[in-house]
Amino acid sequence: MGVTTALEWLSSCSGCEIAILNIGEDLVPIITEHLDIVHAPVIMDHKYYGQCGDEGEHLNIPEAVVGIISGGVSNDEHMEVLEEMRKKCKVLIALGSCATQGGIPALMNGQDSAASFDEIYQTSSTDAGATRPDEVVPKMLDRTYALDEKVKIDLRLPGCPPNPAHIAEAIMALLENRDPVLPTKSVCDTCPTKREGKGAVNTVKRFVENAVFDPDKPISEMRCLLEQGYMCMGPVTAAGCAKRGAPSCIEARVPCRGCFGSVRPHGNQLLDMMNALASNGIDFTSVVDRRSIQRFSGAHGNLRPKKVAAKEEA
Amino acid sequence: MGKILNIQPVTRIEGHARITVHLDESGNVEDARMNLMSLRGFEKFIEGRPAEEVPRIVNRICGICPWMHHLASNKAVDGCFDVTPTPTGHKLRELLQVMAHINDKILHFFFLAAPDFVLGPDSDYSVRNVIGVVKAAPELATQVVKMRQLGQMMLDRFAGKAIHPIAAVTGGFSKPMREAERVELLKDTQTLLDFSLFALDFAKNNVFSKYLDVISELGVIKTGFLGTVDRADGSFRIYDGKQRLMKADGSYVDFEGVDYLDYLGEHVESWSYGKMPYAKSWNEGFSMDLSEPKGIYRANTLARINVCDQMATPKAQEALEEFRAAFGRPAQATLLYHYARLIELIYACERTIELLNWEGITDTDVRAKVTPQAGRGVGVLEAPRGTLIHDYTTDANGCIESANLIVGTTHNIGPMNMSVKQAATALIKDGVYDQGILNKVEMAVRAYDP
Repeated sequence: MGVTTALEWLSSCSGCEIAILNIGEDLVPIITEHLDIVHAPVIMDHKYYGQCGDEGEHLNIPEAVVGIISGGVSNDEHMEVLEEMRKKCKVLIALGSCATQGGIPALMNGQDSAASFDEIYQTSSTDAGATRPDEVVPKMLDRTYALDEKVKIDLRLPGCPPNPAHIAEAIMALLENRDPVLPTKSVCDTCPTKREGKGAVNTVKRFVENAVFDPDKPISEMRCLLEQGYMCMGPVTAAGCAKRGAPSCIEARVPCRGCFGSVRPHGNQLLDMMNALASNGIDFTSVVDRRSIQRFSGAHGNLRPKKVAAKEEA
Repeated sequence: MGKILNIQPVTRIEGHARITVHLDESGNVEDARMNLMSLRGFEKFIEGRPAEEVPRIVNRICGICPWMHHLASNKAVDGCFDVTPTPTGHKLRELLQVMAHINDKILHFFFLAAPDFVLGPDSDYSVRNVIGVVKAAPELATQVVKMRQLGQMMLDRFAGKAIHPIAAVTGGFSKPMREAERVELLKDTQTLLDFSLFALDFAKNNVFSKYLDVISELGVIKTGFLGTVDRADGSFRIYDGKQRLMKADGSYVDFEGVDYLDYLGEHVESWSYGKMPYAKSWNEGFSMDLSEPKGIYRANTLARINVCDQMATPKAQEALEEFRAAFGRPAQATLLYHYARLIELIYACERTIELLNWEGITDTDVRAKVTPQAGRGVGVLEAPRGTLIHDYTTDANGCIESANLIVGTTHNIGPMNMSVKQAATALIKDGVYDQGILNKVEMAVRAYDP
């Protein structure tokens, strides 16, 4: 019998679950021999209230040694699922950047979420007079939280999506009762692009024209995208996305936007990036939308509605 | 006093939903609904963002179909900035769109839906899943795992990221394709085409013929359909074309995606976060009444197969002819979504090969000149789960002023509710129900691949 494992997803997109599948053929022995999956809405039919939906009011997830949760916490049902998972699982893993730092849905933390959620039901295509649903659907919390703001988390695997190799490593390490070997550096530290010194760059460009590179030559022959004048968040982003040597976005010849979150678990990518730009003599006011530098790490109070933020600064 | 069955979570689907079945005093179905439980707010939190960044934010709407959001968003941004992608940029985008459809269909049919058919709808929940399939049919399962992985890694190797892609950009594409990449992709796609022909044969022999009774009854409703067809000859299209809105009687109107607001509206119910699109242009309002639905049409595979005049590739056309001879046009049986899905799988492979053989595919002129500006753009294409619409307006600085999204799955929320009610009413009588019966109710949802 394998190690009992439960999977859950909260405010998420299922990209983390596809990343698990992308472990590929090695996943077959993991799910058939090493693990005994007892609950996982995306692939199996275990239900919260009994298999016929007529057992009790309290949501029930079976006990498991390992719990893996993707997504952040943004409504009261997520909260209930998260607390049940913590109660039933010995080791709880936060999978993906939504779970570790809020991820893209936490962009909502930067604005008045109640008004925004209302407006979603009053668009150019919705029926006149429609209002936000409020019957039997979960209630939204005041903002989107990372998992460790609500319960104790034993292991963080960031990334949007997380790297399949790291998911497999984390599982195997747990089975072998050792610490997993995971990256600790920044995207920049692991990037093969050529650095020639900062040169004349003193503002950052929007990515509306392609980088300069020779498509017939490897990434190591392309000049660093920051040095080419693009906003690239490699210096302030945790490494881990690389699957074939170069960071994933750099492989597509596109600058990094920080999807693995801050290098230190609770760092602030915006402050770190502003420092990185300033210390290189680049005017950070040339960044068009500075708040979206926090687009993957808006939990932990990093993104707040503008008005509130202004008051606190005053 | 009646009783409420609370089937939660709905499983082997992408996302958070619950089915509630209301039983009356004698144990018969009074009402049955599917509630969508999640709300994230993409339309609002992309406001203020530089438009060229949005295609790499909205891909997070869905981790299974991130390419479609990425590409529809890029089309919308092109519209805002009044830029036409270079011919190669345009074709590379379509290539990634059809390639991404390939592994999506393998994933849905074999990983999510197949357990119901391979192990049987009434089998115990603990084995009725992909792990059970691996144990029951190891050879098939190993092949399926390999093929899905191959499709996913083709995207990953060429475009850097298969999940939450970044390689399409306003004006075209971020990098050209090299000849060595083209040759390798061509070889891999041939493997996938062979597999897709096998998959349809397998399903015809082991699923569609075996479960004919279930197919002709479970979740069956009568509705209209929405899809995309070629502007010139009405052929099946998933990247670019005109929209076709068909009534249940087979009559239809064609329109350009940019005019969607004249044809589609969104109804809101107080008990589900999912908005429910309907055919506003039919001027009959919205009703999910089973005997007399109003404004209800369906999207996704069966809809696309119904609205097209023919498939634009040979093997897929052969499959369509056989399908139409058996089930007519438009076909209404809900479980035929699975059959249509496998016809689309063949098309996606064939179209990928066509595009890889297009003479300009390795040209290096992949991105047109782009200037951020004020404007409006509507990007429309076919996501696996239905017609996807991204509609943006930008300010003078090229940042998003407002956005409206109609996401593929949502077209089918009304119809899924109807199929759930139809299935529950037919299957639950006099208070008799069990996990197998309730799983069949879920199968009516699963066919739509929400």
